[in-house]
Amino acid sequence: MTLTRRTVTRRTNVAAAGALFLSLIGAVATLAAIDHLPRRSIVQESLYISSPKVLRRMSLGYTGLLADIYWTRAVQYFGERHHNGSGDFRLLAPLLQVTTELDPKLLPAYEFGANFLAPKPPDGAGLPGSALDLMKYGIAQNPDQWRLYYNLGFLYFTELKDYAKAADAFAQGAKLPVTSPFMPVLAARMAQHAGEFDTARMLWFTTYQSTKDRNIRENAIGHLQALRVDEDVTQLEQVVEKYRQQTKRLPSSMADLERAGFIHGVPLDPTGKPYKLTADGRIEVQDWKSIFFITKGLPPGVKSPTPALIPKSDAK
Amino acid sequence: MSVGRMDARIGYIAFNTFREAVRDRVLYNLIAFALLLSGAAILVGEISIDIERLVVVNLGLTAVSIFGVLIAIFIGIGLVSKEIEKRTLYTVLSRPVRRWEFVVGKFFGLTGTLVVNTLFMAIGVFFALLYTAHRFEKMDVWVLVALYFIVLQFFIVCALALFFSSFSTPLMSAVFTFALFIIGNMADDLHGFARITHGAGGWLATAIAYLVPNFSALNVISQVAHGDPVGGRLIVYNTLYALFYSAMAISGAVLIFQRRNLK
Repeated sequence: MTLTRRTVTRRTNVAAAGALFLSLIGAVATLAAIDHLPRRSIVQESLYISSPKVLRRMSLGYTGLLADIYWTRAVQYFGERHHNGSGDFRLLAPLLQVTTELDPKLLPAYEFGANFLAPKPPDGAGLPGSALDLMKYGIAQNPDQWRLYYNLGFLYFTELKDYAKAADAFAQGAKLPVTSPFMPVLAARMAQHAGEFDTARMLWFTTYQSTKDRNIRENAIGHLQALRVDEDVTQLEQVVEKYRQQTKRLPSSMADLERAGFIHGVPLDPTGKPYKLTADGRIEVQDWKSIFFITKGLPPGVKSPTPALIPKSDAK
Repeated sequence: MSVGRMDARIGYIAFNTFREAVRDRVLYNLIAFALLLSGAAILVGEISIDIERLVVVNLGLTAVSIFGVLIAIFIGIGLVSKEIEKRTLYTVLSRPVRRWEFVVGKFFGLTGTLVVNTLFMAIGVFFALLYTAHRFEKMDVWVLVALYFIVLQFFIVCALALFFSSFSTPLMSAVFTFALFIIGNMADDLHGFARITHGAGGWLATAIAYLVPNFSALNVISQVAHGDPVGGRLIVYNTLYALFYSAMAISGAVLIFQRRNLK
């Protein structure tokens, strides 16, 4: 039986399509298997080209796009290590340096970059010096941006507890033609070493007010809630101590404190649940897993959770 | 031959060059561009922080520039050689068409193709901007200026491709044009080098710095991505520079093509 030319062509087409499909599946499956091999990620741990000058020349003038790519790489690098709980952020500072030298006006790289670099691991890279260098470079390149002075002051206050330098940074930012009304107040508060809770609250409130990014706003709200918890717990524990001094015993419940006239009603945490009084006189947050960044009101030996740092696109 | 007929002849060659480019599916690059830009606009918010608009402008304008330069080079180098290879040049020149009219017509045809291509890409960039920011802002006007500078860049690259193709093989023309594009993007470094070099070397460096095309001044992508304005004087000077440089390269191409033995 002889096959017609059309039948032969059709069979060839079917065979080629089948081979294409099977090869594609094979290639994907093989690559997936390679990805699952336990490998020391030497490739990921290198920067390939660490000189911003060389990169600038290689970019053929398209430095803006290259800076965006490096900034995204820095965010992914930090996000991945933060998510894995790794304390090794050795490439973070060079990535940010390359990013900002390629595009000195890329403000998010300074603002977020410093916040990635400064805090101690696992929350950050534990490199406050690098964070300061980054922020100072940012100010030198963008001297008219009050937010950079604000971030510098924030850094001095939260990470380095250097009130004089924080006051100086806020005062310089307050002198700019376009600035936040909170800047002179913050400068004054720093100079006076005024109540730490109030100052921190004002800092986070300024952060909340000065951004449209939903992630940053949520982060600021988280910190404001945590500040409220820390302040509530501090005050309640002082009340417990006063009660103990007066009655020579610990209160058995919040109702004891209320009956003694120390508090009016059972205080609630930001999630609307009442604070818990433990048998040893400590104050605890009932659902501590749902409030980020708190440093007080936690069960012994427990650390407050931090939110995931990989951003979502609906952050508007 | 009257001036009016000369215009018509150049226009006819330009239109045919445009039609041929469209027939060669050059505008298919718009599909790749649209996919690239829409993909980036959607994905970047997922993997980065606070740079959605920057990425749309930087990636959009960089893609417009790179796609256009590649089209300018790869079409430009074949404009003359293809006509010789297919022997259609002899048919054209056997009619009352002068050689210089043929070169100038080819130049306008290719730049016209690139202007149309850029127009579609610009619409894509503005759609992506609207998608990410939900509205247009005043500073988006500067994106138009950056697009205009990119078109000026295409004028120079097209003229250079045509110049090299008037005496060299397509492969070598592509190499020469691309090399000049790279060198032209480092023009600021060349000028800096010329300033610090003295004596004969200094003169030579200065001569080279002024002879190679300066693409640095035509690249304001990063600037407009941040919403920074572009000075009026730079717009005027860049326009004049691109016109002079293109005219210089086209004149060179005409001079060589006039003397070329086409038998």
